[in-house]
Amino acid sequence: MTDNGDAAPLVQLEHVNKYFGALHVLKDINLTVSRGEVLVVIGPSGGGKSTLCRTINRLETIDDGRIVFDGQPLPEEGKALAKLRSEVGMVFQSFNLFAHKTIRENVTLGPVKVRRQGRDAADKRAMELLERVGIAAQADKYPAQLSGGQQQRVAIARALAMDPKMILFDEPTSALDPEMVQEVLDVMIGLARDGMTMMVVTHEMGFARRAANRVVFMADGQVIEENTPDEFFTNAQTDRAKDFLSKILTH
Amino acid sequence: MDELIQYGPELFSGFLKNLLLSVLIGFFSLVVGTILAAMRVSPTPVLRAAGATYVNVLRNTPLTLVLAFCYLGLSDTLGLIFSTEVPLTNSFWLAVLGMSAYTSAFVCEALRSGVNTVPMGQAEAARAIGLTFFQSVRLIIFPQAFRAVIAPLGSVLIAMIKNTTVVAAAGYTVDVAAVMRETFDTTGVSIPIFIGIVLAFLVVVLPIGWYTGWLSRRLAVAR
Repeated sequence: MTDNGDAAPLVQLEHVNKYFGALHVLKDINLTVSRGEVLVVIGPSGGGKSTLCRTINRLETIDDGRIVFDGQPLPEEGKALAKLRSEVGMVFQSFNLFAHKTIRENVTLGPVKVRRQGRDAADKRAMELLERVGIAAQADKYPAQLSGGQQQRVAIARALAMDPKMILFDEPTSALDPEMVQEVLDVMIGLARDGMTMMVVTHEMGFARRAANRVVFMADGQVIEENTPDEFFTNAQTDRAKDFLSKILTH
Repeated sequence: MDELIQYGPELFSGFLKNLLLSVLIGFFSLVVGTILAAMRVSPTPVLRAAGATYVNVLRNTPLTLVLAFCYLGLSDTLGLIFSTEVPLTNSFWLAVLGMSAYTSAFVCEALRSGVNTVPMGQAEAARAIGLTFFQSVRLIIFPQAFRAVIAPLGSVLIAMIKNTTVVAAAGYTVDVAAVMRETFDTTGVSIPIFIGIVLAFLVVVLPIGWYTGWLSRRLAVAR
């Protein structure tokens, strides 16, 4: 499940630049994500990881360069952009479940309103997905009644309900209490095993080691290093990466 | 006290007209105010500017001037006429038009302040699953915004109901305040009539305050 050989990559970023005012947050990023690949993006805070992740479904616009998804340049706006977003799942650091809707409604909203599925079919599928992430018993509760870990698993089910070609994870465990991190990572590892294409911004090195095909190390808006997890964690090439690893890995 | 009893039926029929006006204006101003709020938070600069201009003009113009403009400007000068046969019907709808236009500016601003209580992430999540801008406003943002501003919207409605006592400015001279002035012309000023009308408004308006307060607690979005 490393490279799909000659298959075209699902995502391709070419010379992507982005500025927040005077701050150059993405500096000439070139990156591809293959189908079925699990790409983990790590690096120090403020290094542009989240921004990079959010450019792929255009929650952040870019100032320069090109992003191609599934053979098509990202649409700029309107219906075409909404369609692209429906094909790219997203899981946020702060879950962002719809606060006024039940767990079940959170999962069925996209299929019903975007994909125009029937309510019964959407309900059935939602329950299957909630079963898969272990929240089926809470389907009629509201997000605020669930723990952070449960909410994040619902958010993953919500993304899966759209049958996305890829899911973006923007620091999915950073807002969780420590005892809830593993339940979310377990779901993500399951997804990775099932062949879902994933881009995961995270500080969870354990997840990177177990589930990633490739690790991208970002700092100061640049991709500093790209490698397999084993190589990266045991034999980082750059000083910047070595320095970062020495601070976060406990030997 | 005698005057209140003697003129009670006329005053009451005037008061019912205030209530009918209130219901119609309440409906139209909620609809138009919601559309205006959607314009003011939309990503399209032209819509935002149009919404802002409308709100700033209507909200900052005295209501009696808005009504007089409807009556003398729109109707008399520009020929907007709802009924050619019955002048009172014409001015009734002019009053509804003017007051709805005025009140919708306040509804818009109440609702917009509610939009600001909805966390940014809700809109991002809505967009991320492929909802269009208007779908995310309709399904995610406004339902939460409305719940946050039920109590302030209640205040807007209460103000609107009381404001119906100036519709004479639009030529609609049969509401309770107009009937009261007419009565005073024959009886002289009567304190009991004043108090009777105040009580009639209290009976309608107080429950609205209670109900919207209760509703806002009941429907509050837990985060």
